[in-house]
This record gives sequence, structure tokens and C-alpha cells, in this order.
Amino acid sequence: MLALNNIETFYGGIQALKGITLNVEKGEIVTLIGSNGAGKSTALKSISGLVKAAKGSIIYKNEDITKKPPHDTALSGIAHVPEGRRIFPKLSVKENLLMGAFSVKDKREIDERMSKVFQYFPKIKERLDQKGGTMSGGEQQMLAIGRAMMMKPELLMLDEPSMGLAPIIVEQIFEIIKELNQAGITILLVEQNAYQALQIADRGYVIQTGSIKLEGLGKDLIKNNEVREAYLA
Amino acid sequence: MLNNILESIPQVAIDGLTLGTVYAVIALGYTMVYGILELINFAHGEIFMTGAFIGTAMLLLLTGFGWVSALPAIVLLITVLLLTALLTGLLGMGIERVAYRPLRNAPKLIPLITAIGISFLLQDLVRFIAELKKGNYIVTGPSLFTHQIKIHTSSISSIFNDASIKTSFIIVLVSAVIMMVVLDFFVNKTRWGMAMRAVAQDRDTASLMSVNVNKVISLTFFIGSALGGATGVLFAVQYGTIDPYIGFILGLKAFTAAVLGGIGNIRGAMLGGLLLGVMEMFASANLSLLTGGVFGAEYKDVFAFIVLIAVLIFKPEGLLGKPVAEKV
Ligand SMILES: Nc1ncnc2c1ncn2[C@@H]1O[C@H](COP(=O)(O)OP(=O)(O)OP(=O)(O)O)[C@@H](O)[C@H]1O
Ligand SMILES: [Mg+2]
Repeated sequence: MLALNNIETFYGGIQALKGITLNVEKGEIVTLIGSNGAGKSTALKSISGLVKAAKGSIIYKNEDITKKPPHDTALSGIAHVPEGRRIFPKLSVKENLLMGAFSVKDKREIDERMSKVFQYFPKIKERLDQKGGTMSGGEQQMLAIGRAMMMKPELLMLDEPSMGLAPIIVEQIFEIIKELNQAGITILLVEQNAYQALQIADRGYVIQTGSIKLEGLGKDLIKNNEVREAYLA
Repeated sequence: MLNNILESIPQVAIDGLTLGTVYAVIALGYTMVYGILELINFAHGEIFMTGAFIGTAMLLLLTGFGWVSALPAIVLLITVLLLTALLTGLLGMGIERVAYRPLRNAPKLIPLITAIGISFLLQDLVRFIAELKKGNYIVTGPSLFTHQIKIHTSSISSIFNDASIKTSFIIVLVSAVIMMVVLDFFVNKTRWGMAMRAVAQDRDTASLMSVNVNKVISLTFFIGSALGGATGVLFAVQYGTIDPYIGFILGLKAFTAAVLGGIGNIRGAMLGGLLLGVMEMFASANLSLLTGGVFGAEYKDVFAFIVLIAVLIFKPEGLLGKPVAEKV
């Protein structure tokens, strides 16, 4: 479904990705783990088009999306929940959700998608008129995922959804990620929380200073000694 | 003395509100662009001025045709307003496309200097064309709506004097209010208005929601410039004579109004504009009275700016601005 071939990405003179090759098949949960500054977020940004890959190609459903601007990538069915949630702080919760469905003009379709979001996140429904910025961290993460669901994506990319959240909320979020996957959404999950991510993932990649160090099935990586030492200590 | 001040209040209110709505609508252009790009578009005052010239040229041209004079003046004015808004809107959009967009990621000072450059360019261009066509860069438009109306505010209470207004005042006031109400509705209640606010808050994330950020920025420039240009026409109708340098002072005042209300905040710009207009007119009517003749009406701007500085000392983010706090 999605394939990155030898992607190299630069920020000015700094090379953040040094030739990343990975693929995601339809229906999978694939996780990308690695320590701070490894290039996980950059990989997602290269896919969604927020930064342009300098070399290599990104193929999504047989289409080369390497050079697509982010608003076009979004239209082709890839939703990117960025690191730090990035809720629009001065828009209401409802408007944040509506932004997710920006490309949809059919009002009924929008309502349908919204009630779908409420099924997963009933709490959001009570907060529709609140300003996004006044929500708690956990609520914002749920809103960010809900907003991405409003895009009705085929591929959902999540950048550290567990960041800064209490263990019980992390638990809930991972549960919902699994449910979304069972409902047919393919997931590419970036996490620091390697143990939990590998538990729900079909496959995983370990990225280190811009290169893929290891790849394998989630259940194998959990047992891998290198992974255990570096990320599960 | 208090009596004298009270007497003048009706006239001050009318003149102040009219001038204030002009400031307010121009301030919108500054504030919208700032809100979305953090760019102070100094060329905006010149867009206003260009609008005044385009409108005056059209009015002169149209009133030259015999059959047009059969039309009611208001129909003529509305046509000219809409056409001018369209043209200045496109001009503003073009300026962004050519001059600002290539500098989007440059340090903030560079687009600012570019904006000042564009100001000079527009001033000289308009001056050149005006001199070419009319032989003089100071241009007087056809006089329209000069009918005076007396308002008997003295009948409300004897402390007030009567006020008088030219019909053009009412036209300026009504048009400006309509522009503000429509804009407020657009920004707060429509899909593209919401996209505009989203882009202002977080450009990257908005683009992840399939919003074409460049399109939204173009739209912002179009709307701000269309409003500015239309206000230029209103100004020309109101004051009759225009020159290529009217945009400088008026732009500066409108920018001040935007800062006073809280730059980036649309309702703030409206409030700031109205306040500045009223303060200026109040000072112009009463300053010499208040200071026992030491400072005359010509010091009205000093008065207005002292108020501005006072507000900014106590509320640096402006009246309706929110203190900037980064939440991580
Ligand atoms: N906007 C930027 N400008 C310059 N360098 C950047 C920028 N964004 C990221 N980098 C650099 O690129 C490298 C990879 O960063 P990236 O954000 O992809 O890491 P990450 O794996 O997501 O880390 P974390 O787990 O801390 O989020 C880092 O060395 C970082 O300093
Ligand atoms: Mg990251």
C-alpha cells in the first residue's frame, strides 16, 4: 500500500534521513520506533509532504507521492496526526473536527463521520463548543485522532500519540488504535513507547540516526536483545 | 467648559464614527495579513490609495457619459465600489504572489522591507499615471452626495448642539459597516473563513487537513485588499480630493488601530479603528478648549497616539488581543 524507497531528507545542511526503505501493507499496524532525533517524525513528514524528500521515492497505492504537497497527500487518503497533537487552539472542538473534513462538502457525510468519531470518543461530544486549546492533553490527543478520522483515511499515521499522557489514557489510546485497525484503517505508528507499540503492531522498524537498524514482526522485536537493551530497558 | 464639550458630542460622535469605520476597514487588511503571515503589509495603505484613484477615475469616466447621469448616483457608486474592490483585490493578491511568497521563509525583516518598497512603487506608479492623464497628481473627483442633513440632537437634550452630516458620511458609514459585518460572518461562519483561522493558527497542520495554504493566503490578500480599495473609493467620495500620498498617513493610523485592538484579531481591528476615529475627532474638537488654547486641533494625532501608548503599556497585546502563551 505504502512504500518508501531509499528516502533521504534534509533540513538545510542537516541530513535527517539517510536512505529509509520501508513498506506498509493494507490492513497492517506498522510501528516505527527509535530514540529522540532518530528521524521518526521526519519520516512521517516526508510521507505527508510537510518536508520534501531530496532523494528516493514514496509510492502510495501505485502512485508516486514523493513530491505531492501535503494538502494533496491528505486528499489521497493519508491522515497524519502530528507530534504534539497540534489542535487548533482557538477553534472550537467542533471546528477542529470540521477542519478534518475540510474537503467534504456534503453535510450529511460530515455528520455521519462525526457521529462515528463520537462512538470512539464519547467525551468529545460533550465538549463541542469548548476551545481546542483549553482541552487537557489526553482530550487533545483524542480530538487529534478524531479530527484525523474525519478525513476517513485509508492510512492513518500517528506520531507519538502516547506522549505525555497518563498510563491509563495511553492504554485507552492504544485500544482505540487497535479498534480503528480492525475497522479497516491501516496504521503507521511512531512511538517512543516501544513496548506497547510493538505489542499491538504486526511489524516494526527500528530507526537510528536516520537509518533503519532492524525490522521484523512485532512479537519478534519485543524479544530481540538489541531492542530490549536500547528501548525496553 | 464641560458644557462646551458636551455640546460638541453629537458632531464628534458622527464624525468620529465615520472616520473610525474608515480606519477600521483598512485596519482589517493589516490585521488579517498579520494574523496569517505575521507580516506587516505596509503596502496596504497604498492599496487603499490605489483604490481611491481607480474609483475616482471610474467615477470621472462614467459621469462623463450622458446616459450614466440618468442613473441614480448610488447605483453608480455601488458599481464603482464593486469593480474597484475586484481590481484592488487582484492587485493585493498579485503583490503577495510576486513579492511576498518567494520570501515566505526568509527572516521577517526582509518581507517587511519589501512591503515598504512596494509602497513606494505604488505611490510613484499612481502618481505617474495621474500626471500622464490629468497633468497633476492631485485629483478631484466628481462631487456626489454633498447634500447636508441636519440632525436635531438638541431636541434630545438641550446640552447638545445640533449635528450636521453630508449624505456621503452616511454612505461611508453604512458601506463600512456592511463590509465589516459581512467579513465577520465570512470569517466566523463559513468553511473558508474557518480554514483561514486554522491557517493563521497552524499552517502546517491546516495543510494536513487538505487545506491549500497558498490558496488561503491568496484569498486573505484578496479580501483585505478588496476592502481596502473599496474604502479608498469611499474616502475619495467623502473628501473629494486625493493624492498618491494619502495612503501613508491613513495606513499608519489604520495600522495603529489594528495594534490598538490587538493585531491579528479581526474584531479588535474594528474596535481599534472606531476608537481611534472617535478619539481623533474628540481631540480635534476639544483639544484647544481642554488645554486653554496651548494645543490646537492640529495636535489631535498626538492625543490619539498618547492614548495608544497608554493602552499598550497596560495591555501590550492590544484591547482584544490574547497574551501570547506557548503551550507545549
Ligand atoms: N525543522 C528542523 N530544522 C532542522 N533540523 C530539524 C528540524 N526538524 C528535525 N530536525 C533534525 O532532524 C533530526 C530528526 O528529527 P525528528 O524530529 O525526525 O526526530 P524524531 O525521531 O521524531 O525524534 P523525537 O522522538 O524526539 O520526536 C534531528 O536531528 C532534528 O534535530
Ligand atoms: Mg518526533
